[in-house]
Amino acid sequence: MAKITMRQAISQALWEEMERDPKVFILGQEVGVWGGTYAVTKGFYDHFGADRVRDTPISEAAIIGSAIGAAIAGTRPVAELMTINFAFSAMDHIVNQSAKMHYMFNGQMVLPLVIRTVGGGGRQLGATHSQTPDAIFAHFPGLKVVAPGTPADAKGLLKAAIRSNDPIMFIEHATLYQIRGEVPDGDYIVPIGKSTVQRSGDHVTIVTYSKMLELSLKAAEQLAKDGIEAEIVDLRTLRPLDMEPVIESFKKTNRAVIVEEGWKSFGVGAEISAQIYEHAFDYVDAPIKRVAQKEVPLPYNRNLEQMALPQVEDIIKAVKEVL
Amino acid sequence: MEKSEHLDLYQQMVVIRILEGRSAELYQQGKIGGFLHLYIGQEAVSTGLISARKPQDRVITAYRDHGVAINCGISAKEVMAELLGKATGVSGGKGGSMHLADVNNNFWGGHAIVGSHLPIAAGLALGDVYQKQDGVTICMFGDGATNIGYFHEALNLSKVWKLPVLWVCENNQYGMGTTVERASAVSEIRQKADGYAMKNDNVDGMDIMKVREKALEMIEEIRSGSGPQFLEINTYRFRGHSMGDPERYRQQEEIRKWQENDPIGIYRRYLVEEKIASEEELNGEDKKANEIVEDAVHFAESSPEPAAEELFKNIYVEEGR
Repeated sequence: MAKITMRQAISQALWEEMERDPKVFILGQEVGVWGGTYAVTKGFYDHFGADRVRDTPISEAAIIGSAIGAAIAGTRPVAELMTINFAFSAMDHIVNQSAKMHYMFNGQMVLPLVIRTVGGGGRQLGATHSQTPDAIFAHFPGLKVVAPGTPADAKGLLKAAIRSNDPIMFIEHATLYQIRGEVPDGDYIVPIGKSTVQRSGDHVTIVTYSKMLELSLKAAEQLAKDGIEAEIVDLRTLRPLDMEPVIESFKKTNRAVIVEEGWKSFGVGAEISAQIYEHAFDYVDAPIKRVAQKEVPLPYNRNLEQMALPQVEDIIKAVKEVL
Repeated sequence: MEKSEHLDLYQQMVVIRILEGRSAELYQQGKIGGFLHLYIGQEAVSTGLISARKPQDRVITAYRDHGVAINCGISAKEVMAELLGKATGVSGGKGGSMHLADVNNNFWGGHAIVGSHLPIAAGLALGDVYQKQDGVTICMFGDGATNIGYFHEALNLSKVWKLPVLWVCENNQYGMGTTVERASAVSEIRQKADGYAMKNDNVDGMDIMKVREKALEMIEEIRSGSGPQFLEINTYRFRGHSMGDPERYRQQEEIRKWQENDPIGIYRRYLVEEKIASEEELNGEDKKANEIVEDAVHFAESSPEPAAEELFKNIYVEEGR
């Protein structure tokens, strides 16, 4: 067990899986010679060579499309999309192809494909480079969507994703790369499709994932000073969604706040709250609250951007409203 | 070429012709749902092309895929059963007309989003290169697909990475109802390959022997390491784009003209003139082809519907919804 950054944890998972299985290779923009735009694959090109760390042209459809083809042909590609915003240029291949092919051809084609990508706002990159559209990808049966919030989960989930035979969107958060946490050495696997309780408490359930886990934990610390103990459930995987820990926690606290970085409308919070009402209506003591991004394209100006993004104070306020 | 090989190819073409005709009838009877795109008129293209491949060569095409499936070795029964959505169909009744595939025959589909399978074809070839296999990927698409971005991304990537792909444009003169001239900046599609410094050629798609000869030459060059090549095959669909096509965009006279060059008629004349087969023998093949299709229709009609539990099968390899 070592205390390392999220970036190191992801890098470690990739490295170990490439060492373990020669069928695993990386492709994407600037993954090789450059070492990855977020330096996740630094040193990979020199160690694994140009065949296994493949720099691509700026051709998102060709990156994902060719990764799909290579996957059904028997390899295990890890395709990197520099940011999730660019995934829209590959939407057809992600949605119409990767999510459908196993089912549509009656199981004949198997897609051990990981699409690593980076989402999230807060870095003054303007509206086109700051989105958190995770919920969109979670909409499609056939695709799995993973978004870790801690370094340990990032390592364990990425290793699980690379070993999986299903197409997986692995969404990292641009402002989490430098956070540190204890990460088990070597073969550490976190199963895909399992939510987990990151903090125990009896008064309110906070359901969240990815970057918003960090903010929710901070909010919980402050709430604890007022004697409010929040239980935090980290979804980790959006599809397949594991509601069990959420429902279990809610049956104990009877109150929930859902925190996501993306927009509220048609978002993760909408799904979670609907499922709580469906599965635990008799346990509801207060209307469920959602904390999410304001419904605007994210502006460049730092103050405006922070106004649009969910803040620790918003979570505290929402918790106090449901109590 | 052996006589038996000729007769086999001839029979494949006739099977496709009859199967497509029967499909149209079954569609009109409401037994086939969705869209139905017929291959009538284009039989020499895929029959000639695929006759030139080796078993390790992968084939991938667009949604006009019934003929390609037959040429790849899928039985008429499994094709017809899929069109009728039956459990015995090649995709278990879950794919339908546009999504036939049989990976055991190295046929990688049947893809219905125009141009979208081109990057996937590049990936199939990448898979072969990565695993040090000597297969060539044959990727077929229509003229319409050459105007979408995927085409350009895929050609560029294949050239940059020297992937063993034979890009095959079946130029049937129309993207749905829009002529090549109205949709493409260059009317000779092969010119687009020049933009990627890719060796390219064209061939008359109504003459199976010409298609086969050209394909043999290009596939072996690619296998020897030439990198990707591009073949434009000129052809014509005798029927509408799909069954719901009012065909307001072309004159009967034009269709009649092309029908004078019927690919089955051309091959038939060739076989007789070269004294490879007699009219009687070919009539015998026609009869056999007819029986194959009728057996396939019977098989499909008497096959079971997919079981209800199939609905949730194969969404993922591993557990989860």
